[in-house]
Amino acid sequence: MNTALWAVLPYLALTTFAGGLVWRYRYDKLGWTARSSQLHERRLLGLGSPLFHGGILLTALGHATGLLIPAGVTRALGMSDGVYKAMAVGVGGLAGLMTLAGLAILVFRRLTVRAVLRASLASDLVMYVLLGSTILIGLAITLSGNGHDYRASVAPWFRSVFAFQPAVDAIAKAPWAFQLHALIAWTLIAAWPFTRLVHAFSLPLGYLARPYIVYRSREASRGQALD
Amino acid sequence: MRVLAQMAMVMNLDKCIGCHTCSVTCKQAWTNRGGVEYAWFNNVETRPGQGYPRTYEDQDRWRGGWTLTRRGRLKLRSGSRLRKLATLFFNPHLPALSDYYEPWTYDYQNLITAPAGDDLPTAKPTAPITWSANWDDSLAGGPELAQHDPILKAMSERIRLEFEQAFMFYLPRICEHCLNPSCVASCPSGAIYKRTEDGIVLVDSDTCRSWRSCVTGCPYKKVFLNHQTGKAEKCTFCFPRIELGMPTVCAQTCVGRLRYIGVVLYDPDRVLEAASVRDEHSLIDAQKQVLLDPHDPSVIEAALRSGIPQDWVVAAQRSPVYSLIFDYQLALPLHPEYRTLPMVWYIPPLSPVVDAVRDTGFDGEDAANLFAAVEALRIPIGYLASLFTAGDPAPVREVLRRLVAMRAFMRDINLGRDPDESIPASVGMTGSQMYDMYRLLAIAKAEDRYVIPHAHREDAGAPNDGCSVPTPVSLPFPKVRQS
Ligand code: HEM
Ligand code: SF4
Ligand code: SF4
Repeated sequence: MNTALWAVLPYLALTTFAGGLVWRYRYDKLGWTARSSQLHERRLLGLGSPLFHGGILLTALGHATGLLIPAGVTRALGMSDGVYKAMAVGVGGLAGLMTLAGLAILVFRRLTVRAVLRASLASDLVMYVLLGSTILIGLAITLSGNGHDYRASVAPWFRSVFAFQPAVDAIAKAPWAFQLHALIAWTLIAAWPFTRLVHAFSLPLGYLARPYIVYRSREASRGQALD
Repeated sequence: MRVLAQMAMVMNLDKCIGCHTCSVTCKQAWTNRGGVEYAWFNNVETRPGQGYPRTYEDQDRWRGGWTLTRRGRLKLRSGSRLRKLATLFFNPHLPALSDYYEPWTYDYQNLITAPAGDDLPTAKPTAPITWSANWDDSLAGGPELAQHDPILKAMSERIRLEFEQAFMFYLPRICEHCLNPSCVASCPSGAIYKRTEDGIVLVDSDTCRSWRSCVTGCPYKKVFLNHQTGKAEKCTFCFPRIELGMPTVCAQTCVGRLRYIGVVLYDPDRVLEAASVRDEHSLIDAQKQVLLDPHDPSVIEAALRSGIPQDWVVAAQRSPVYSLIFDYQLALPLHPEYRTLPMVWYIPPLSPVVDAVRDTGFDGEDAANLFAAVEALRIPIGYLASLFTAGDPAPVREVLRRLVAMRAFMRDINLGRDPDESIPASVGMTGSQMYDMYRLLAIAKAEDRYVIPHAHREDAGAPNDGCSVPTPVSLPFPKVRQS
């Protein structure tokens, strides 16, 4: 059971994620979009979307730090565990609250504004359920002040997954809330390529460097992708 | 010198009867699909009026096009590149659907299912109808509507009061396929591009990511977001037809036969400089200087060296668009002050002047009356200038004088009198030039109104099926819901 959850499922999710992204990019470029609904409603979106995106991008950064950088490294850099923890809860909590508030506004908007609801796809529903539950549990863990040191359980296991030697025992001893958060997150990752979340991989940073006016010749413009 | 070719259009506004045939045939061809019900790649607006989407010309509000920084550098009015990235999550300057209008349909079912009775059954609209793309059609500024016309607002208070002497004309609009397109510059993903062969500005749906920056970027509001697919869509200048030498749908179906299509040659390396000219009144001349004289041997040589095919150079020499801009000096660009160097040009209408003369009890056909009116009438001319010359009345007056002269000159001919050479001479033309101008404006056949060389495929490498639209791939999932 533990093996299935912590050593097999991550690879299933990652394979679906990678394979799904490649498949979608090759065969459904027309669907690869943020699918803006601002035309239908702007007031709530103007509140919710920047809040949510700001929060989620901060959260992503926090996860990268917490999961990928071993505790040894921050200690070696002279940051005591107490300081780290205070930062993680402070910044993480703030980011989480922003994300949650933003998400709440976005979901409320999606359900109550008729035009937005009618423009929703089944994949939007799946996305919001997975995204919402992951965020809720994650934020609850952070704010509950739970004393568990995830950098000794979840994080080593997470890194071990990418070393292809999953440390099942490490995660197995983490509290159930951490485990549930991780499980739903893997499901979200598996579903990612099939939702509008693909737009997160299209952050157009190339815009900062390219000339303003884009010229293309007629033949070269057939089915060419830039980002 | 690098040379590129550009497909361009001229519309002769005096001949537009506001029938909307162009809009409807365009819609049938391009926007009769889900998600773009509200989009009119071609629309016809009554001026004075708010336009479509309403008040789109108010760039303080909608932030379209370019402006100059204090140091004279060209920048997007909607902000720097960083600012555009920072506002990806929410675009503060995007028109809402209600600024275009909420599309509606009718309950046609009722026509066949209504029980028999004395009254004819009706097809009721399915939603309340409160606004549309041409809500103020032919109202010419009934006071409640016209007061929101950004052009009128910008004119002085006094002029607005005198505005009781109403005038009206129609303004058909499509995408301008600009030489300096701010839609292209606004797209962070680089999904909108200008074709090097013919200058047509197109959206690559495969790389559009729904950032909707282009909608704000275009000052003419001629990029539309498909709210089902989330992708931008815009006027294509009917490129599949153009490539085969056929005119656009709007031009071909135009009842007034007022549209001209032709090739102009331009130097892409002069575009930035022309768009950055400080004095707004000099923008038209700067824009004209970007266009090259296709009869000039050095231009011909440079064009051929730049890979422009021989028959395209010939087409540029025969171009009615070039004639109307340069030989006859009649065509003016729409809102040059947006600095996008638009490539759909307009011959401003004389009809507001004629109407004003007639309404005051004088002979609206008499040349002396009309000449005097062109000099004296401040309102219609000021209004036309705000549309076509960044507010400078002089070029508008010059065009209108030529149109008056042509009327007077042709009147003599039609009445069997001797043509009076002093009339064309008074606007710097000869009688035969004026007669040619009259032919092009009044009775030109399709082959003279549309001089469209075929696209060249022999150098394309890949076999071509005669259709440039890529074959769509259909997939079971994920699918956009069609309603
Ligand atoms: C990487 C940078 C990102 C950019 C530039 C971006 C941009 C956008 C844009 C333009 C929209 C459409 C808003 C509209 O309706 O007009 C959107 C929607 C959305 N984005 Fe992002 N996004 C990014 C990353 C992410 C990430 C990492 C997530 C989640 C993990 C996310 C989740 C969402 C969701 C859930 C919506 C739908 C909001 C709605 O209900 O309409 N985005 N995003
Ligand atoms: S008029 Fe056309 S080419 Fe010019 S900025 Fe607008 S959409 Fe782009
Ligand atoms: S079809 Fe021609 S005459 Fe009719 S509205 Fe369009 S441009 Fe004007």
